[in-house]
Amino acid sequence: MKGFILSVRSEFYKSRKTLGFWCSIVLPLIIVALMFIGFITHSDKLGGMPGIMLWMSYVGPISLVMGNLLLPMYIIFVAYSVNAMEHKADTWKTLFTLPISKWSVYAAKYFYALFLVFFCLLLFYLFLLGSGNLLSMLKPELKFTDFHIEGFLAQVYFKLFLVSLGILSIQFLLSLIWGDFLKPMGIGFVCTIASLISVGVNWQYAYLVPYAHPALALHTVLHTQRPAPGQPPAQPHLTVDLFTHEVWVSLIVAAAFFILGFFIVQKKSVK
Amino acid sequence: MIRTDRLSFHFGDQQVVKSVSLEVPQGSIYGFLGPNGAGKTTTIKLLLNLLHAENGSIRIFDQDLQTNRIEILSQIGSLIEQPAIYGHLTGKENLCNRALLLQVPATRIDEMLELVRLKSASNKKASQYSLGMKQRLGIALALLSDPKLIILDEPTNGLDPNGIIEIRQLLIRLVKEQGKTVFVSSHLLAEIERMATHVGIINHGELVFQGTIEELSGLSKPLVQIELDNAVDAANLLNRSGYAVGEVRDNTIFLPFTSKEDTGKLNALLNQHNYLVYSIGKVQKDLENLFLDITQNT
Repeated sequence: MKGFILSVRSEFYKSRKTLGFWCSIVLPLIIVALMFIGFITHSDKLGGMPGIMLWMSYVGPISLVMGNLLLPMYIIFVAYSVNAMEHKADTWKTLFTLPISKWSVYAAKYFYALFLVFFCLLLFYLFLLGSGNLLSMLKPELKFTDFHIEGFLAQVYFKLFLVSLGILSIQFLLSLIWGDFLKPMGIGFVCTIASLISVGVNWQYAYLVPYAHPALALHTVLHTQRPAPGQPPAQPHLTVDLFTHEVWVSLIVAAAFFILGFFIVQKKSVK
Repeated sequence: MIRTDRLSFHFGDQQVVKSVSLEVPQGSIYGFLGPNGAGKTTTIKLLLNLLHAENGSIRIFDQDLQTNRIEILSQIGSLIEQPAIYGHLTGKENLCNRALLLQVPATRIDEMLELVRLKSASNKKASQYSLGMKQRLGIALALLSDPKLIILDEPTNGLDPNGIIEIRQLLIRLVKEQGKTVFVSSHLLAEIERMATHVGIINHGELVFQGTIEELSGLSKPLVQIELDNAVDAANLLNRSGYAVGEVRDNTIFLPFTSKEDTGKLNALLNQHNYLVYSIGKVQKDLENLFLDITQNT
């Protein structure tokens, strides 16, 4: 356990000056900032919208872009970045001659990549909430405060995190085996596009393809509670079905590829 | 300190290490010599558990490497091939990262920077270091945890003559003053003979010599070296007179040394035939030639 903690700290120390780390902060910051600017400059047109609709217009486009393309590509890049540091500096041989178990070195690296994905999604969540509330303060006609989206949005982003794990494990393994950028990136990109098509055509087995999971997760997220027949329309209520098929598949794929990666590392000879 | 028993390894069809049995005594500087591609780095990788031997066993600190990997590695500092350095970090940050992993106090980092003369460049990105500076940083990383055993693969690659002398003196000092054991590989005998107490010579994956540096010198057979005005004619004369002439070079002839009396007779013979002998005497074959003989004959 000590070796694992030391390795995680070392991963942070090594990566804090790399693009992979800063991407996790800059990506949510830029995207949310763009949305924020869009809303603040068009506040007069958006002013009449009820809180729930306003929030959906604010977080919806970002989340859809995230699920469809941005998140898979970001995961592919993070998995590459964490491993590329060692490939580029030829430091696998050094890591494996340290008095730390190979399991700790591998698990710490994986955990760190996982943390970066979590951190990025957490920042998206916090920036979206923070900027939405800030918009209400700056432009009182934008009634973001009329509706509390915190719980719903937390569940959406947590679900996105869970469905990221399958892609992360696969990409982590590919980036562990190959030192060059093109192979893991190319495979990841092709798989993402193919998966988007499978989701687009409503292929019934798309949930089995990890790269399709973020898009599928968002498709199945929204359930607005309908009023009972004869009853007056109730306050719209958003719920997230957290553990859907694609979440379970993602978790199973993540566990399987993580274990497979460990066996590869155990057998890995540093030639 | 290190004992391997009939260690073997192959890449694909190529047998890279063939039944190598090393004996590295504690407190020695063991020079591991061999031409490029002889199997030095592969053997070192086997010693560090980076490669897994197909046959044979490795014992370090009297413990089996396979079953005591972490305990053994905690007492080894190593530098393999080109130093593995994170280019996006500064020299000092590279040491800080390693110190974090090995739980070495921060004061040791400055000591190491001082030791390898990188103090002034410690805040420069390692990607901007020259090859020699990278090599020195690699040595600092290997010594950071104050290991009992230091394994260095061609540590003076890319260093200037001053750097080579410094590293050599440093290694000698570490062994003499702190009782460390150093296992150092090189393809240059001249570099090894100035510091090693023990030598192992590997060629085509086979250990062709192992012993002390004195034992290696002892293999060298003495020769008579004659410097004179017409070496080729004189060599023909000596051949006709029944002497086994060895090498003839410019104005110099080499023959196997037998006795002082025979050397005197040789001199007399040449004088009788009016050859002007500038000098005549007994010489040992230098280690460089001996090394070439050993590696070329295997």
